[in-house]
Amino acid sequence: MIKKLLRSVREYKIYALLTPLLVAGEAAMDVLIPYLMSKILDKGIKGGDMGYAWKMGILLIFVCIAALVFGLLSGVTAAKASTGFSSNLRHDMYYRIQNYSFSNIDKFSPASIVTRLTTDVNNVQNAFQMITRVAVRAPLMLIFAVIMSFTVDRKLPFIFLCIIPILGGGLFLVIKFAHPIFEKVFKLYDKLNNVVAENLHGIRVVKSFVREEHEKKKFGEVSGDIYKNFSKAEKILAFNSPLMQFSMYFCIILISWFGAHFIVESGNNPDLGMSTGLLMSLITYASQILMSLMMLSFIFVMITISRASAERIVEVLDEESDIVSPRLDPVREVADGSIVFENVDFSYAKDPGKLCLSGVNLEIKSGETVGIIGGTGTSKTTLVHLIPRLYDATNGSVSVGGVDVRKYDIKALRDEVAVVLQKNVLFSGTITENLRWGKEDATLEEIKHVCRLACADEFIENFPERYNTYIEQGGANVSGGQKQRLCIARALLKKPKILILDDSTSAVDTATDAKIRKAFREEIPNTTKIIIAQRISSVQDADKIIVLDEGKVNDVGTHEELLARNTIYREVYTSQQKGAME
Amino acid sequence: MMDKNARPQKPQVDMKVLKRVLAYIFKQYKFIFAIAMLCTVFSSFAGVYGTLFIEELINDHILPLVDAVKAGEAANFTGLLLALVKLASIYLVGIIANFSCAYLMVIIAQGVLKKIRDDMFSHMQTLPIKYFDTNAFGDIMSLYTNDIDTLEQMVAQSIPQIINTVVTIVSVFFSMLVLSIPLTLFMVLTVGCMVLITKYIGGNSARFFVAQQQAFGKLDGYIEEMINGQKVVKVFNHEEHSKEEFDKLNYNLRDNARKANTFANILMPIMGNLGYLQYVLIACVGGSLAMAGVPNFTLVGIGLLDLGVIAAFLELSRAFTRPITQLSQQINSIAMALAGAKRIFKMMDERSELDEGYVTLVNAKYDENGKICECEEHTGIWAWKHPHIAEGTVTYTRLTGDVRLNEVDFGYVEEKTVLHDVSLYAEPGQKVAFVGATGAGKTTITNLINRFYDIADGKIRYDGININKIKKADLRRSLGIVLQETNLFTGTVKENIRYGKLDATDEEVYAAAKLANADEFIRRLPQGYDTMLSGGGANLSQGQRQLIAIARAAVADPPVMILDEATSSIDTRTEAIVSAGMDSLMHGRTVFVIAHRLSTVQNSDVIMVLERGRIIERGSHDALIAEKGKYYQLYTGAFELE
Repeated sequence: MIKKLLRSVREYKIYALLTPLLVAGEAAMDVLIPYLMSKILDKGIKGGDMGYAWKMGILLIFVCIAALVFGLLSGVTAAKASTGFSSNLRHDMYYRIQNYSFSNIDKFSPASIVTRLTTDVNNVQNAFQMITRVAVRAPLMLIFAVIMSFTVDRKLPFIFLCIIPILGGGLFLVIKFAHPIFEKVFKLYDKLNNVVAENLHGIRVVKSFVREEHEKKKFGEVSGDIYKNFSKAEKILAFNSPLMQFSMYFCIILISWFGAHFIVESGNNPDLGMSTGLLMSLITYASQILMSLMMLSFIFVMITISRASAERIVEVLDEESDIVSPRLDPVREVADGSIVFENVDFSYAKDPGKLCLSGVNLEIKSGETVGIIGGTGTSKTTLVHLIPRLYDATNGSVSVGGVDVRKYDIKALRDEVAVVLQKNVLFSGTITENLRWGKEDATLEEIKHVCRLACADEFIENFPERYNTYIEQGGANVSGGQKQRLCIARALLKKPKILILDDSTSAVDTATDAKIRKAFREEIPNTTKIIIAQRISSVQDADKIIVLDEGKVNDVGTHEELLARNTIYREVYTSQQKGAME
Repeated sequence: MMDKNARPQKPQVDMKVLKRVLAYIFKQYKFIFAIAMLCTVFSSFAGVYGTLFIEELINDHILPLVDAVKAGEAANFTGLLLALVKLASIYLVGIIANFSCAYLMVIIAQGVLKKIRDDMFSHMQTLPIKYFDTNAFGDIMSLYTNDIDTLEQMVAQSIPQIINTVVTIVSVFFSMLVLSIPLTLFMVLTVGCMVLITKYIGGNSARFFVAQQQAFGKLDGYIEEMINGQKVVKVFNHEEHSKEEFDKLNYNLRDNARKANTFANILMPIMGNLGYLQYVLIACVGGSLAMAGVPNFTLVGIGLLDLGVIAAFLELSRAFTRPITQLSQQINSIAMALAGAKRIFKMMDERSELDEGYVTLVNAKYDENGKICECEEHTGIWAWKHPHIAEGTVTYTRLTGDVRLNEVDFGYVEEKTVLHDVSLYAEPGQKVAFVGATGAGKTTITNLINRFYDIADGKIRYDGININKIKKADLRRSLGIVLQETNLFTGTVKENIRYGKLDATDEEVYAAAKLANADEFIRRLPQGYDTMLSGGGANLSQGQRQLIAIARAAVADPPVMILDEATSSIDTRTEAIVSAGMDSLMHGRTVFVIAHRLSTVQNSDVIMVLERGRIIERGSHDALIAEKGKYYQLYTGAFELE
């Protein structure tokens, strides 16, 4: 998993490697400093040798400058490496997602992908920076400081060795007890957010049923749970700082007591043993050692938190697109708009026991208009999704222009097969920008032309800014019928050989619907048109109509033929005519 | 688009908001907070005492002992032992104080946070629908997540830290003055420089953090939009474009994040090493002065600058610099938290829904004289209780469901009227259908009836009572509603239906489900009525969600219903089941339907055809067909329903 993530470091590798080296240099300098200070104190000030003090002082200043340079550089490289790494990680994930097939997309909810790309990457970035800096610094400081303190004195540093397990054990216990509660709190946070989100979406329901008090109670219960658990966890964490103080104070008192004895023995001469300057440096080492331990425990928590994020990121990176263009000689030309289904079975779960489509055989000639009718859950959408190879048939084959769709270069195939999806989306941007998704360099004339075909020109001309009207995210500022017509225009701009409309005129009135179909017939006669509809009127003048039932082709025929012989078709027809016939 | 060259501002501490946050603390935890602060003071003092002890250790104990031994006397460590015992006891007090402070701050911070959360949510419940219509859900959500998180950091950590810092600085400063005034002045000079540097770096860091947040927001928005339209991206071979745009935003974020992190990273090494430099300077300058035998001026008198004084001063200098450099970071983090708190308080300052109604809904029965009167028990009969303050009398009007609108004009914003001169009446048991294009004003009328929005003048009457006089809760309780978007809540199917009447028995729930035609499919669910619905019922089909929403309204059994039919295409079979459910719900009630289906429109008593906020046609189905107007066109499919 870690290896997979680290692949995204790439051009920042040099910075990622430099950082720990620089940090190590900084740590080494930091540990030297107290030692030099003790020299100044002992020989210089106390020994009355100010010349020596100044000499050591200047040396110390150089060490400080070195430490400063190391520190600054490591700060710069660490920032560069970690933010570069996270940026690459987002880049890799996003590019990978762009290659996902429909079935890959179905696996992740959009919200979860967004969280993975944002919050999870942030967590990993922080952990990465911590590891390259603090995770190197803390243990090094610990080791260096222990070594230095032993060079200062042979006996006193054993005090540290006593206190390290006590502090380490204490910190471990704190994490061990607090961490599971924090995990629980994070889940409660999700629950709380869910209550708020549901309340926001359903505020009209809440208000019209006068359920404000009920909602408050619901929220209060969760916020109460959070309060209880979070308090519990934080109260355990409250031991951290006193524990640290205890260890530090413990060291100071023992060092003072034994140190005093040793100093008296040596006559306060650093050459003979302990001295006051060395005593003070030992106290500094004590604080360096204990701080490092504290840091280590902090990193430990940080890494456990980011582990879950790392796992979620790797899931995205590991997801292999199951639909790719053939590697050898993909077909780049679609000859015409003919479509053939041969014994096609399909299952989303790739499980032959759970087929959504079974035994489908169809032949559609280039330029035909084909209607598809059937109830919800009869796999109408699934059927047409196989044509531009949004999904692959589980068994059998689908051919376009006489060639199996799996042999095409995907881009070439999809350029010729335009689908107007049932759940369609417009993006924030002007109408022109949205339509140009169909053809990047479309002129305004071309855009106006397709809008005329899709009967969208009239309402667009009525907007004050016409084709430059800004569409809000998701097309929130146009009506359902207008949105559908814009989506049709966008698909038409591709000048495809096959055009698939998946329930794309459900919110358009029947007259306009008829007008659009008439335009199709007259203006793009050579394009194969496949129309999925709930309304019989949308398909009744098609060359053939396919009736789907429970994933099987129930019948194929013209409106008249089906009306005469097909019960399902007739049932739908009469239910829709009931009103108008009276 | 934002101006790219606009430099993001460093957040400033907003005193008004700070006061308000502190008020939350003082209101509930005045006493505990005082103790916690006292503990902080003790704990900082213990720390400072420990630092000062070094001087005592060296000057009063070690050096005399060394001299004594050199003079051939026996070393007596009793004095040192006593001093260490004293130090240990002071340390012990410090540790206990530190722990108590941390512990008490948990109680305060979590308590305050819970209170703020609950207050936020409670207040949000009282806000008018307008607030929810005009604020993005994402923005409201982030009040409960990001903003409250940073606020928590501030209350739990920044406030005690800053107090600790200030106490330490002040006490160390006085201790330094006691040791040596000239050296202290020297310290102040060097520390002054350091503060300037911290301010500069810390300010930049905070500024770039704000820029980073903005870049992050832009990228987040882009990802969200693209991922939600990912299938469209695929169908249009738009992947390359989408990658290009993503890269732009991604690199922008990277650059800002790098700057923000760099400044944050370099602060510590700069401050740490400047601290050491200062140490060296003081040691050398102080040492030289001591050698020269310069007299030492202190707060307590004049003495000699000696080794012990300098040693102690050196320790103090480090205890002085560290908190000062931390101070500016702490202030930055408080400023950021207050920016979040400001947004929270802004929501809490939004005006609540106004309710001046005093007419209430009560259980009623007929007394022996055939007069309606109030009673305790549930009788199935309801009455409006209307107190007349001037006369001191109370009248009761039976709830029947007679709704009248008289020449209503309305606009969501003042300058733009969306309803013009709308008059209509619905007699008890009648069914009124609204028909018209999107934006014609259908939903607006229903929004006025249940007072989601208020009209200035009382031109709407319910059972003859001006609805502005009816208490909102009682008015809404008398109105049932089934919306186009069926919002279900996390919980079981049973709980969702019971939402209509919290004390409904299981039998009532089943009866309502049967009435709504929902019973059959619910029983076929894996756990029947106890099946958990999550994600707003994402595991059900659109039609099934609607059936549950109908059952939810049915269990409330209100005399007046507002139905907004769903537009999304469901297949003919499910549609038949849903409309049968709707039909039985409508039976015997006054119903307002926003109609999308011909069958519903046809059997209405009155059909109102709306266009641009005006009723342009009204009448029964047959009458309107005969009129051959807009309704006729619509009905024959020549004009969009939606």
